[in-house]
Amino acid sequence: MSLLHLVILAPFVLAILVPFLYKYIRQVHTGWFVMILPFTLFIYFLQFLPNISRGETIHEQLPWIPSLGINFDVYVDGLGLLFGLLITGIGTLVVLYSIYYLYNKKKESLHNFYVYLLMFMGAMLGVVFSDNLMTLYIFWELTSLASSLLIAYWFHKERSRYGAQKSMLITVSGGFAMLAGFSLLYVMTGTFSIREIIAQADVIVTNPLFIPAMLFVLAGAFTKSAQFPFHIWLPDAMEAPTPVSAYLHSATMVKAGIYLVARLTPVFGIAPQWFWIVSGFGIFTLLWGSVSAIRQKDLKAILAFSTISQLGLIMALLGLGSAAFHYDVAAVGTLYYTATLAAVFHLINHATFKGSLFMIVGIVDHETGTRDIRKLGGLMAIMPITFTVALIGTLSMAGVPPFNGFLSKEMFFTAALNATTMDIFNMQTLGILFPVIAWIASIFTFAYCMLMFSRTFLGKFKPEKLEKEVHEAPIGLLIPPIVLASLVVIFGLFPNLLAYSIIEPTMASILPNVLAEGDRFYVNIYHWHGFNTELFMTIGVVIFGALVFLNLKKWAEATFFLKERDPLNWVYDNSLVWLVSGSIKVTNMQMTGLLRDYFVFMCVFIVGLMGYTMIKYNIFAIDLVNVAEVSPYIFILVIVLLATTVLLPFISHRITAIVATGVIGFLIALLFVVFRAPDLALTQLLVETVMVVLFLLAFYHLPELRKEKFTPRFKLTNLIVSIGVGLVVTVTALSAHAFSHANPIDPISDYFIKNSYDLAGGKNIVNVILVDFRGLDTMLEVLVLAIAALGIVVLIKLRMTGEEDV
Amino acid sequence: MKSSLMLHTITRIVAFIILSFSVFLFFAGHNNPGGGFIGGLMTAAGLLLLYVSFDLKTIKRVIPFNYTTMIAIGMLLAIGTGVVSMFFGDAYLTQYFDYFQLPILGETELTTALPFDLGIYLVVVGVALLSILTIAEDDA
Repeated sequence: MSLLHLVILAPFVLAILVPFLYKYIRQVHTGWFVMILPFTLFIYFLQFLPNISRGETIHEQLPWIPSLGINFDVYVDGLGLLFGLLITGIGTLVVLYSIYYLYNKKKESLHNFYVYLLMFMGAMLGVVFSDNLMTLYIFWELTSLASSLLIAYWFHKERSRYGAQKSMLITVSGGFAMLAGFSLLYVMTGTFSIREIIAQADVIVTNPLFIPAMLFVLAGAFTKSAQFPFHIWLPDAMEAPTPVSAYLHSATMVKAGIYLVARLTPVFGIAPQWFWIVSGFGIFTLLWGSVSAIRQKDLKAILAFSTISQLGLIMALLGLGSAAFHYDVAAVGTLYYTATLAAVFHLINHATFKGSLFMIVGIVDHETGTRDIRKLGGLMAIMPITFTVALIGTLSMAGVPPFNGFLSKEMFFTAALNATTMDIFNMQTLGILFPVIAWIASIFTFAYCMLMFSRTFLGKFKPEKLEKEVHEAPIGLLIPPIVLASLVVIFGLFPNLLAYSIIEPTMASILPNVLAEGDRFYVNIYHWHGFNTELFMTIGVVIFGALVFLNLKKWAEATFFLKERDPLNWVYDNSLVWLVSGSIKVTNMQMTGLLRDYFVFMCVFIVGLMGYTMIKYNIFAIDLVNVAEVSPYIFILVIVLLATTVLLPFISHRITAIVATGVIGFLIALLFVVFRAPDLALTQLLVETVMVVLFLLAFYHLPELRKEKFTPRFKLTNLIVSIGVGLVVTVTALSAHAFSHANPIDPISDYFIKNSYDLAGGKNIVNVILVDFRGLDTMLEVLVLAIAALGIVVLIKLRMTGEEDV
Repeated sequence: MKSSLMLHTITRIVAFIILSFSVFLFFAGHNNPGGGFIGGLMTAAGLLLLYVSFDLKTIKRVIPFNYTTMIAIGMLLAIGTGVVSMFFGDAYLTQYFDYFQLPILGETELTTALPFDLGIYLVVVGVALLSILTIAEDDA
């Protein structure tokens, strides 16, 4: 175990301590203790930067379940480190922000909040640093769980619970599909290690499982990163406290899907399907998100749809970037990796400007008590600092120079225009769609930025609509967005600070083997490219975006604007209803509440399964060679046994019935004695004894035994089932004997007889098997017994009336 | 029911014999027929005899066992013995044994299977008696 493993596990360890800190150190806000951790980790990750930017990677191993190829392998490269820095950096700011946002130490359950937050942080670090697909998957699901818990933080609100359930159902089912994809990758390559899979990428591409694996993995990535049509969970996730929205639902967790796509681009990127699916879904999500954002009335909902659309943008860029595998980069120059460069750069930019905007919205909500743009307005004069930060963030998001959003938006246009010049995968005909959709989506992006900003900060202040007296936020709430906004400006003015330190190593992780050995990607980001198509596109975006915004009033009454909810929610809500009612129907079919029915089900299943198998493989055989001599004792025993059994159904008195059953049990015990199995005989005797007492007690509570009238049909069914069971068991036993005679194999008992004394120091092999060779089975069996006993106690002592909510 | 003197007198002696024999069975298990499961059942049968011939209240006063706790202790013992081997780098539930010279007993084999088996024993006794007594006490 190396320091890196500890770093990933550190948040989980701290999460254990949080409740104690919350309980015993009440005078200090728990957030202050929590904040130390992401900050320390951020500094720790920063010191990797020089090595990583030289193109080195770090790999640490820790065996976990080596026999299944599951190891806790940590791998640090450009891509992982970029995410690590985002998670810890933004994490620090978010925790600081949350201290002031959830300022009421007594009313807020801070211990829950910080435990979930730390759990998320650790899980997210695990996702981005795992080299093993299985560990990645486990951490991936933990992020879904933490996210869902955080959305439901104010669980007394119905909307919070709805949002939490929705996000959980969508992301976890996606994650489950992803697990299937990972398993298929394992089937193809025989390893879970991402780097080893990448090494075999050109071999597996022809495998018939390649496309299913890709689709499954993409289902995981798309659900997590809120791509159309799975994006519907993200707007409802906005019920979470704003620090959570800023952290999980814009800066980090929703980018896990982006991470996965980027990470596995070297594996799948060579396939045309990958190119089309990733870029197609991405660009459509971009459009859908930006058009939906414009009709929202809630500031956070606007930001949610804006996040969806920006995630689509990054996804589309990653898809377009995968085309680089088909070109000789040395020959065509930077053209085909511009898309990947833009994706990485926009990833960073989006985290900065969207993070700051979410925090601003949180501040507005906190200070005015509402996020409804119909009630807000004119906050510019009252909250000048907030206004400034919001201005920087909004302009960056809208793609206006000199902020970082402009740079990545320009690069996005370049990449989209490049797509038209590609001569692969039918791009000659369909490629033109990319710049067109990109341009239209950008117009809407510009419009909703204007809308959001002007309705909040410009116009007339409407104090009569607000419940609170409005003033500037406390400094603690302002510091985090100010830091992020400063980064927006710094990255906008000096983008090349990032170029070779982090962007280039990240590109090298996404597009390995594209360059010749020792070469590096050429990364130079600057504002002025001359009067080219991209610049005219941007000018067009500003003009048309402003026009759309100015005409919004006219359209405000249109039905399109009145329906805020995404139409796809209808599908989700209804399928949930159908799922529940369908499950109830299926369950009611078999859960009749009659023990008799259950018994019939079980018997029919066994008879069916065994009978089918035996008929299918035609293994009926009777072979009476080598049978032991049947002694007269056995004859007597068996005859008495049969007589008692036949007699049993005709007994009408309960005590006699118990005694008769007891006789059968004791006779079987005697049979065991004859066959020299003292342990079995002893157990059987004792069980019979205890059972008789139990029966007597149970029967004491039962009414008088009455003859029941049964229909002939019922009797016939019972007859068939019981004959079937008897027949199958007998035939199985006889066939098994014949089989073992025809195919001499060493019985497993030989092994135990040979080794029980040497390996376990016991002469009684039955007991040695119980406690040593098969100890786990025994342990689980007694566990089942224990649960059953406790179940009896609960059933009898609890005495529920049927109205309790269990 | 009238209390039967003969039943009570015989039960006192027989129960003692059964209980002693169950302890013997438990220890004999490693090399002869017996073991935790059988020993546990035998103990349960012996105790049941007491409960059946005397009444519940008397026996509860004489042997004030909480069988739920007994199940829990047994489970912990069985699971706990399994964990020990993990500290030595072996798989879960690896059992060890060796021979020791002990005073009085002479050369004796000690195994980690014994505490495991004791756990099984406790769970079996607890389960049998807990379920039977719960049903018996139920007077509704």
